[in-house]
Amino acid sequence: MNPELLFFLETVIGGLMAGVMYALVALGFVLIFKASGIFNFAQGVMCLFAALALYDFMAPGGWVDRWFGFTFPVWAAIALTIVVMIILAWVIERFVLQYLVQQEPIILFMATIGLAYVLEGVGDILFGSDVKPLDIGLPQGASDWLLDNFNLYVEKLEVVAAVTAAVLVTVLAVFFQRTRIGRALRAVADDHQAALSVGISLRTIWVIVWSVSGIVALVAGIMWGSKSGVQFSLSLIALKALPVLILGGFTSVPGAIVGGLIIGVGEKIAEVYLGPLVGGAIENWFAYMLALAFLLFRPQGLFGERIIERV
Amino acid sequence: MPDPEPAPNGALLRVNNIEVIYDHVILVLKGVSLEVPEEGVVALLGANGAGKSTTLKSISNLLGAERGVVTKGSITYQNENVHGLSPNELVNRGVVQVMEGRHCFEHLTVEENLLTGAYTRRDGRAAIQRDVELVYDYFPRLKERRKSQAGYTSGGEQQMLAVGRALMARPSLILLDEASMGLAPQLVEEIYDIVKKLNEKEKVTFLLAEQNTNMALRYSKYGYILENGRVVMDGNAASLLDNEDVKEFYLGVSGEERKSFRDVKHYRRRKRWLA
Repeated sequence: MNPELLFFLETVIGGLMAGVMYALVALGFVLIFKASGIFNFAQGVMCLFAALALYDFMAPGGWVDRWFGFTFPVWAAIALTIVVMIILAWVIERFVLQYLVQQEPIILFMATIGLAYVLEGVGDILFGSDVKPLDIGLPQGASDWLLDNFNLYVEKLEVVAAVTAAVLVTVLAVFFQRTRIGRALRAVADDHQAALSVGISLRTIWVIVWSVSGIVALVAGIMWGSKSGVQFSLSLIALKALPVLILGGFTSVPGAIVGGLIIGVGEKIAEVYLGPLVGGAIENWFAYMLALAFLLFRPQGLFGERIIERV
Repeated sequence: MPDPEPAPNGALLRVNNIEVIYDHVILVLKGVSLEVPEEGVVALLGANGAGKSTTLKSISNLLGAERGVVTKGSITYQNENVHGLSPNELVNRGVVQVMEGRHCFEHLTVEENLLTGAYTRRDGRAAIQRDVELVYDYFPRLKERRKSQAGYTSGGEQQMLAVGRALMARPSLILLDEASMGLAPQLVEEIYDIVKKLNEKEKVTFLLAEQNTNMALRYSKYGYILENGRVVMDGNAASLLDNEDVKEFYLGVSGEERKSFRDVKHYRRRKRWLA
């Protein structure tokens, strides 16, 4: 194959794969935003927290090892971490959200900022702030098959991430569109009071939605942790998810994926082909510029719910 | 004042002397008592800010979300104290409020709105689907719009949807708040006709909060008039419609000469029931 074309393809695939990783983080935001209208600033920290907990359950020298003298196998550690995330969701509802029903979105948003710092602090105290290599047995390195047959360099881990994301999105889409709870989640997102009036318990719904987004955070945490180790800068990927959300729409699960892919590919291509023209290093801000353009012309994003205005 | 018509099946709902305070300081209800007989239609009348919505919300316990608290009195439903039960428990027991301003789920389709109304039910998909069809029988317009997002339907359709959604919970008591708000008179008439039918055929009891006194009294059997958080008058719908004061202050018909706005204070003081 033409080496230039090959290089282009590699850039695009690399971008797509990076995009999937962003999308996984963005997904957690979308869930909570969809169901409660809250922009959860703590989503990135939740990814970090989940990864830290998971690491601790299986690593020698963690709490479990020190107290009980053994560590859990990967599957048990994942199951336990899911339980931890559900408990976390319950705690958040019990001690934060419950008191903020029917408040302005900005107040809820500020509460999640506080939550982010609390969670980060607790994570630091419990698990320490050193970088931890997370290895749950996901394949590492380049795919030999693609390298041999097409001369393409693609990370296996990123392929796994892509497949996982696809499965996750399908499951979530079915959950939101077809189930009773999913419908109730969307109803709550539309109108808290009306949801109360038909007998939906906001507290239950919020625990459910925060649990689900905690589990999504765990998946994102696993992928990012396997890729670059579990470290506190993980909580900052939340910032990268923001342009993804603006592009895809805050309320659309498929939008989070497509937005992630566009951002991923866009920033790689921009870096490679536009970067040299302006002295490079545009990968870091390209996503935000793209988001800005979207805010000007299509504020609800590509797939966001149309802002309904009756005339 | 004439005695209430003897209720055929006893009172379904009793509100005894409740007092409601918003935000710890604003006293909105100052002792409201009322009774709703089983399978009755009772109207709660009064001007803006009289406390109609607050009364309904104290019954359905949607007050909490607005920082309101029932500080005195009691509310019994089917002879059980229901004061302080969560809204979803009340819906479970058959008390559903249709809120003022309709409050449909805008981004859900009409049909999804109806299905959400059945959220608390556990009797299976088939039964719920039957009731969706039942609602469509009463509101054929909703059937035409079943696939459109509720936010794009007209005000009248949204009001019908709100009532239909409440029906989906199989309620015994619907608290209908200001169904006439912002609707053309003909549409209001249409909606109240259906309320009447639902009362007769589905045996649903209604407590209507209305500013449109004339309309509400024509469709109900008994009425209470609220003023400044107190019940100032109650009686059979027919007797209220006949009452000189109600005519004068709420129906806008009066045998006497036109009154100047300057005399309003004096004019207000002439209410016989406040004397």
